[in-house]
Amino acid sequence: MNDLVYARRKKVNALMFALTAVCATLASGTLLAILGYIAWKGGSSLSWSFLVNLPKPVGEHGGGIANAIVGSAKVVGLAGVLGIPVGVSAGVYLAEYGRGKYAFSVRYAADIMNGVPSIVVGLFAYALIVHPMKKFSALSGSVALAFIMVPIVLRNTEEFLRLVPGTIREAALALGVPRWKVTLFVILPTAGRGIMTGALLALARVAGETAPLIFTAFGNRFADNGWLNPIATLPHTIYTYAISPYEDWHNQAWAAALILMAFVLVVNVTARLWLRPRLT
Amino acid sequence: MAATEIDMRPMSLPAESSATPKAMPIAMSVRDLRASYGAASVLKDVNLEVRERTVTAIIGPSGCGKSTLIRCLNRMHEAIPGATCDGDILLGDRNALALDPVLLRREVGMVFQRPNPFPTMTIAQNVAAGLVLNGVCDHAVLAETVEKSLRRAALWDEVKDKLDAPGVGLSGGQQQRLCIARALAVEPRVLLLDEPCSALDPIATGRIEELLLQIKDQLTVVIVTHNMQQAARVSEYTVFMLMGEMVEYGLTRQMFTKPTDKRTEDYITGRFG
Ligand SMILES: Nc1ncnc2c1ncn2[C@@H]1O[C@H](COP(=O)(O)OP(=O)(O)OP(=O)(O)O)[C@@H](O)[C@H]1O
Ligand SMILES: [Mg+2]
Repeated sequence: MNDLVYARRKKVNALMFALTAVCATLASGTLLAILGYIAWKGGSSLSWSFLVNLPKPVGEHGGGIANAIVGSAKVVGLAGVLGIPVGVSAGVYLAEYGRGKYAFSVRYAADIMNGVPSIVVGLFAYALIVHPMKKFSALSGSVALAFIMVPIVLRNTEEFLRLVPGTIREAALALGVPRWKVTLFVILPTAGRGIMTGALLALARVAGETAPLIFTAFGNRFADNGWLNPIATLPHTIYTYAISPYEDWHNQAWAAALILMAFVLVVNVTARLWLRPRLT
Repeated sequence: MAATEIDMRPMSLPAESSATPKAMPIAMSVRDLRASYGAASVLKDVNLEVRERTVTAIIGPSGCGKSTLIRCLNRMHEAIPGATCDGDILLGDRNALALDPVLLRREVGMVFQRPNPFPTMTIAQNVAAGLVLNGVCDHAVLAETVEKSLRRAALWDEVKDKLDAPGVGLSGGQQQRLCIARALAVEPRVLLLDEPCSALDPIATGRIEELLLQIKDQLTVVIVTHNMQQAARVSEYTVFMLMGEMVEYGLTRQMFTKPTDKRTEDYITGRFG
């Protein structure tokens, strides 16, 4: 009797183990499948001239996406400049000084913000900047992406600051160092690597956002024309090319997707290598 | 002089006998100190005097408020949310509770139970941290302070060739001496140590005890310890605490041979605690 139960348990165990292994393969396999498919579809259209040339007029064959690469770099870069300091400072506030109702509501709001659909954030940036200025602009795109970055960076900064042992804080305070200097020069550097990694990951995350850019950065088939004009970005270019009726544009969309993917991957891997504890 | 007649209130240290150390001026005094964490009252009317350039040991069972007491002395106590203290603490003739806590802590330094060097800093940077963070940037001054402090902490010979190695790469005992050097670098008048040897082996402990005996020529030391032998070896004066009260305070030698209070005797002889 006991043997029977044991044999049955062993079978169930083997079955469940196989099931979890299959699911794990599915999860990681998806990444490989996406990467492989994009590389296969996009690789053929990828060339140096594709990277450095502007789009050809509609209807003409060829052309590149230089404007979208520059545009993405500018929009995401400014989003980082706007979003990272705000996120890090707010994270410092929550971790070092934040107690009581106000901090609780900030934390709660950040968590909700993290779940807000990005298109809603885009609409908000539209109402905030595009509508009053009566113009789509690179700036409004950056602001939309910065709104998405702030809660991510904030929560990440807070988590990493909380990992700094209280004894380090006490040691610095006991040396007669004012609280703000302790935070700025002892606690922040101690958590620095984790905070920077989080900021990089947040950048990589918003670099791929499309929805918030549709009615902010808007897109542009010409070279970038300053912060207050519509600007092309990689995800938005992929979107417009992919839904176009032209075969040539479809291929370019795949190639652009490959570039975007490569960028996100490189940033991700760099960030994670950075975070990994190093032997000194 | 009958030990049993000694009045234990603050102003009445045991009278001097020929065998007792010369009474030094008072470095810090504590009067009617009460401290609490939120609603939990932890110290009840503690009275105490710490004499200059001596070592005062604080002993007592776990949870009796030793850490709380010395954390009140440099006002680290109030860094804990909800923690309060009242009463009088004098540093020399200044009211410590009216001073800026940041300035007070430069004069009353502290070393903690677990070695806690700054993880992002090298050995030299750790020692210089107190000065650098307070705006000293003259390299010659810093280098000199680093060497002097490491020598006083009896660590110089072991680390002089690797001052630029990370502080957390040292052994536990070396890290604790590094923390002592870091505290000494800001030239405090009083150094508080909260069970500095409890994470260390007997050899590392011995090194720290030796260095305490050396540095007390220049500053006042208050050390919390669970180790009776350590209290006997390093201190001139001993404070015995029990459940937030100061039970007995006197010359170490006397306390360990002829304690006046029954509870002290029970604790020292290991009958409780
Ligand atoms: N941060 C805190 N919050 C609330 N209560 C505390 C806190 N720290 C200490 N206490 C309480 O205060 C009392 C005294 O604690 P304290 O740390 O001063 O004891 P101690 O004599 O140093 O003990 P030990 O020998 O174990 O270090 C204890 O009852 C403890 O529970
Ligand atoms: Mg303690």
